[in-house]
Amino acid sequence: MSAVPGRELRIIGFLCNWCSYGGADTAGVSRFEQPTDLRVVRVPCSGRIDPLFIVRAFLNGADGVLVSGCHPGDCHYSEGNYHARRRLELLKHLLPAAGIDPARFHYTWVSASEGAKWQQTVTDFTNRIHELGPAPAFCGASTPEDWAAVALGAANGPGCSDHGGDGK
Amino acid sequence: MRIGVFVCHCGSNIGATVDCVAVAESARMLPDVAFAADTMYACSEPGQLAIAEAIHEHGLDGVVVASCSPRMHEPTFRRAVERAGLNRYMLEMANIREHVSWVGKNKALNTNKAGELIAMAVAKLRNDRPLHSSRFDVNKRVLVIGGGVAGIQAALDCADGGMQVVLVEREQSIGGKMAKLDKTFPTIDCSSCILGPRMVDVALHPNITLYTASEVEDVSGYVGNFSVRIKRRATYVDWDKCTGCGLCMEKCPSRKSPDPFNEGVSTTTAINIPFPQAIPKKAAIDPEACLKFQKGKCGICARVCPTNAVNYKQMDTWVTEEVGAVIAATGYDLFDHTAYGEYGAGRYPDVITSMQYERLMNASGPTGGHIVRPSDGREPKRVVFVQCVGSRDPSIGRPYCSGFCCMYTAKQAILTRDHIPDSEAYVFYMDIRSPGKGYDEFTRRAQEQYGVRYVRGRVAHIYELGDRIVVRGADTLAGEQVEVEADLVVLAVGAEPSKGAPELAEKLRISYDTYGFFMEKHPKLGPVETNTAGILLAGSCQGPKDIPASVAQGSAAAAKVMALFSRDQLESDPQVASVNAARCVGCMKCVQVCPYKAISETEDRFGNPKAQVIETVCQGCGLCTATCPQGAVQLSHFTDNQILAEVTALCPPFPAESFE
Repeated sequence: MSAVPGRELRIIGFLCNWCSYGGADTAGVSRFEQPTDLRVVRVPCSGRIDPLFIVRAFLNGADGVLVSGCHPGDCHYSEGNYHARRRLELLKHLLPAAGIDPARFHYTWVSASEGAKWQQTVTDFTNRIHELGPAPAFCGASTPEDWAAVALGAANGPGCSDHGGDGK
Repeated sequence: MRIGVFVCHCGSNIGATVDCVAVAESARMLPDVAFAADTMYACSEPGQLAIAEAIHEHGLDGVVVASCSPRMHEPTFRRAVERAGLNRYMLEMANIREHVSWVGKNKALNTNKAGELIAMAVAKLRNDRPLHSSRFDVNKRVLVIGGGVAGIQAALDCADGGMQVVLVEREQSIGGKMAKLDKTFPTIDCSSCILGPRMVDVALHPNITLYTASEVEDVSGYVGNFSVRIKRRATYVDWDKCTGCGLCMEKCPSRKSPDPFNEGVSTTTAINIPFPQAIPKKAAIDPEACLKFQKGKCGICARVCPTNAVNYKQMDTWVTEEVGAVIAATGYDLFDHTAYGEYGAGRYPDVITSMQYERLMNASGPTGGHIVRPSDGREPKRVVFVQCVGSRDPSIGRPYCSGFCCMYTAKQAILTRDHIPDSEAYVFYMDIRSPGKGYDEFTRRAQEQYGVRYVRGRVAHIYELGDRIVVRGADTLAGEQVEVEADLVVLAVGAEPSKGAPELAEKLRISYDTYGFFMEKHPKLGPVETNTAGILLAGSCQGPKDIPASVAQGSAAAAKVMALFSRDQLESDPQVASVNAARCVGCMKCVQVCPYKAISETEDRFGNPKAQVIETVCQGCGLCTATCPQGAVQLSHFTDNQILAEVTALCPPFPAESFE
């Protein structure tokens, strides 16, 4: 199941305690094998996630960041994930401005009963990050041209235009 | 700070695919870690004692337990460290079982991952602060949603225990599905004879407030102090005046609408009392069928009513009830067999559902207990029962076993032979599932004593042939196709969640599964609790259940409420937000996002606007913390610093770019 056996990348996952952390537990209880790269940070709600946590992870060299919460409409705190969805969607569009390939970031919804979906999510995301390869050292986009290059690279295929292909 | 790390083998659960000894050794290198050890079962008594001993011996200020999911044993270990004299929040867990050993096979990778998860936990623990609960009063009233047999049992048990109970039922009368049944398996005792007295008890109990024709519209608050808004639907009859005499029903000229209580096998009047034993026995108008509402003329019921109870202008009303706990007992709905095209999809009048058959057999039903064919009123001589209609069938999205269909089919087959002695009964089944007390004996009796013919195989096709119905299926034991010509076909429809169950779950902030059944806290050890404190489950809303199981769960939920209410005060969870007034700029963005209205606007002594958290109302979601542009609101135990510490433990900043 491991995307690339024996070789791990640095993937950090922010999971809400009620649905997705439970879903990851369900996957564990059901012994659904997954790639081992992901490390999970448990937060009470996806709405607790400050987008800056994700940016910080990337600036510190994370190869991928995965966020998962309760399905919209299903939040334990009734509406936390709606706020999360807005923030995360906005973040995705802002990442190129920071020189970060938005393909390295993904957010999704997994409920506590969806062990199989969690297995699929982890496997797909890990595979995607392995396809992109290790994150380049922070590429420091500083001009609008740089941002555009990163965004274009992300739109045209895996990876930012500077480094996307190099990882493979 | 002095931190102790305990790496659990969990027998071979973790030990087999993680090198726990090596993980413990690597943990010793982490900053502030004064002690690290591996242990066979950290949650066992010797395991917990070893943690306590290490706390004393090494003067530890905090503990990391690397074992199973915190959703499993965090309370266990919190109690353990508390007994040893630490604050219960000076504990972190690294989930190396569900997230490592059970999902990865490679021991080297698993060991490495376990080590990193511990490093993250240690980094978070270094930022942990002792937290202290405050106490708050408990409102010792309980809300029961749903007046079926489970809800009735829960309400009566709570009320007998001295609690004030509010029982809310969507239908006009309580009783639920059980009130519609004729006899119950495996004793063949009369359903309404055992349920009826309980329903009367509910009506007469001084501690029970009954709202029927009502629905829960909004639930706010938290364990011990819920506030529930209930909508009381207009019945167009003043129930304070109505005596249930039934004169209006006699005179009502609109008699054509299908009777929902009789599952549509008969018709009813526009103003009606659903059944003679209804509790409360009050009439209500169905505006869809009423000539007064549809055409503006008639008004006979208002004229004949001896107490002037009819009021066509009645409006919906709302009441708000304050309760300390909620029991959800919303039950199930029967599967709609029209999903099956091969079974005629509801087109053939003589292919009916098990509940319709139940009403035909019922002495107080529309036919007075005489079994007749809906098409021509003739007594059927051959009745075929088809099992698993809407159960164990992934193709229509119902892969689960509904659990009680095997039993009620056996009962109906036995009763058919009792009612019509010269009749034949066939049962097409997939497996006979009869695990309850006396259940297997009962299904055997149907076959051996009553001569009901059981054919093992799924029915492929049902079609009309003249005035008879042909059931074609396979006999998988004999290995041949069979066709049975029947006078009446009864489809044993399975169970699905009650309509609107997911919406109610969202109001109650509890989870539900793929189908819409409410999720229990733990499938084995918390079957009536939910993940939301103070919200309990009873009966089929959690999954299909028969009467004994529903009653047992109703009592279990009531026992949980009584345990909760045995204390006058509860401890609040101290993992709540707090405002650093020095940083707060009074933008009140936190007030806008808080789903619980737990943050209010206040002023400091210079008149500057500041935010303030109401601790007992805060549920600890952290929305405000992520929203505050100043970082002035921090959620205890999940502060920015704590989460960032975990991030930087996993992804250390590049030295050249360190901003720290």
